[in-house]
Amino acid sequence: MAEAMSQNRKAAFSLARHSTGVIASVLFLAPIVWTVLSTFKPAQEARQPPLPPWPTTGFSIENYETLNSFGDGLWVSAQNSIYVSVMTVLLSVLVSVLAGYGFSRFRFPFRDFFFVLILSTIMIPFQSILTPIFLVLTRLGLHNTLTGLVCVYVTLQLPFSIFMMRNAFDAVPREIEEAARMDGANNVTMLIKVMLPLVWPGVVTIALFAFLGAWNEFLAALVLMTDQSKFTLPVMMTALQSGRFGAIDWGAVQAGVTVMMVPCLILFLALQRFYIRGLMAGAVK
Amino acid sequence: MTAVATISAFAKPRASASLRQWVGLLYVLPAVAFVVVFFVIPLGMTAWMSLNNWPLMGEHSFIGFDNYVAILRDTRFWNALKFTFYYTVIVTIAIFAVAFPLAIFIEKPRPLTNLYRTAFFMPAVVGFASASLLWSWLLNVDSGLFSPAAYDLGLTGKKVNLLATFHPAFWSIIAMVVWKVAGFTMIILMTGLQSIPQDLQEAAVIDGAGPLARFRAITLPLMRRTLALALILSVAGSILAFDQFYIILRGGPRNQTLTAVYWIFNQSFVSFKLGYGAALSMVLLAILVALSLVQLWLLRKPEGLD
Repeated sequence: MAEAMSQNRKAAFSLARHSTGVIASVLFLAPIVWTVLSTFKPAQEARQPPLPPWPTTGFSIENYETLNSFGDGLWVSAQNSIYVSVMTVLLSVLVSVLAGYGFSRFRFPFRDFFFVLILSTIMIPFQSILTPIFLVLTRLGLHNTLTGLVCVYVTLQLPFSIFMMRNAFDAVPREIEEAARMDGANNVTMLIKVMLPLVWPGVVTIALFAFLGAWNEFLAALVLMTDQSKFTLPVMMTALQSGRFGAIDWGAVQAGVTVMMVPCLILFLALQRFYIRGLMAGAVK
Repeated sequence: MTAVATISAFAKPRASASLRQWVGLLYVLPAVAFVVVFFVIPLGMTAWMSLNNWPLMGEHSFIGFDNYVAILRDTRFWNALKFTFYYTVIVTIAIFAVAFPLAIFIEKPRPLTNLYRTAFFMPAVVGFASASLLWSWLLNVDSGLFSPAAYDLGLTGKKVNLLATFHPAFWSIIAMVVWKVAGFTMIILMTGLQSIPQDLQEAAVIDGAGPLARFRAITLPLMRRTLALALILSVAGSILAFDQFYIILRGGPRNQTLTAVYWIFNQSFVSFKLGYGAALSMVLLAILVALSLVQLWLLRKPEGLD
């Protein structure tokens, strides 16, 4: 009798838990699903309110096609975004792996000073130094270039990724290094052949954060890229949404939003544990 | 001779060992160069520019603290700052009100928990610009979702433009930001919840403490550092808010939703008053640095522990 009651209570608890979970999940996922579905409506239907969200007058990729007809086209902005994000990943990984190794394994003058200097930049909002960054880029001849934007994004990633990489290298036992040194490995071979395979989860984490950061950044790209052919996706789509290319085509805007969202979602789903790892590392420090 | 040879043989490895340590400088040099060129120098320039009249074209001239004096009379900046703080307080409360229950919900490993956690977190990996563009469509009066749906359901007599007046517009932004950020805050809070020793909770149950008493006496105090971190991240992020107000509202209706960063952006890159923008930036910077100091104090290791 008592057992049956506790069985019932258990079932009721489970039911309440799963209904809460499902309802909350639907609320969080609905805007994303709604948008993605409605992009496949024909242009005419996409102008109407998305009720229901899925196409009712036939499946179409018209919205994605029109997107390419505004200004320099979606493809140019997408290429810019891909270039900026990939370069930010490569450069910030390279710089942070070197610096993480240096800070972890060597004792040199001003080591702690440099480490604190790099980490303390996290306290200062880059939004407040955008104007001089603009002037510095102009002085370096990187004004209105994607390379200039990459340099800014790499700098913004460094405090987090160097902190991550130094901790990753710190966690590698020194015995491994000493054994390799006995075998005659020099610093560079040591780093590439011996250390890198041991710290690669950290590398994946910082690469993921660098990609998401660069892919999604808006304000710096808006300020620093003045030429339409250099716009990244967020800047291009905002120009479109503000009516810069005539009447606002909401179907095209949503197609653009989908192009911006989907890579982030796929990368996150594929590399979720690295993402959470990064958050934890940030949270536990 | 032998003695000298012995000494030099003895000294050489030590010198080369110390020299080998210097190699570390080469490894960190690229990182330091990036930070100096794209952060330290711009930071110094901001301070210098704030003391100058600095137009985009033409010569700049030193004017001392005139920019700062002008800030004191700039009512629109103070209004922007006031609005930014108002937004920060409301949005932070709203985020915590959603994220804390979610964190408790997903804390323990039970069937499907990972699936729910992933679902709640999905909007957090979407960029602020994408999320803003998405919601500017959902909030649109003609082609969007909310107004037409409310009208179709008979909740409103006509299609209401949510973005035309302050309060509906403001709360729409709050809803969007909570949707986007709650999953992130949830994960941070979850790490804090999971770090609380299980036996402590069990001992309290045996002592007859109810769920509420346990929450107040065990959960909250032991989560102090995690709570502080989540709070700081939310506050700092909100003070620097720009994307959503620029993309969805353009600072409107009637410039009522201009944030501090938005005002600096307008002064620097629309009006091209670079010196004045730099002075405004210094004010913002001082606020954020003060906040970071509070953070360091809140995140200090608890005394007697660790």
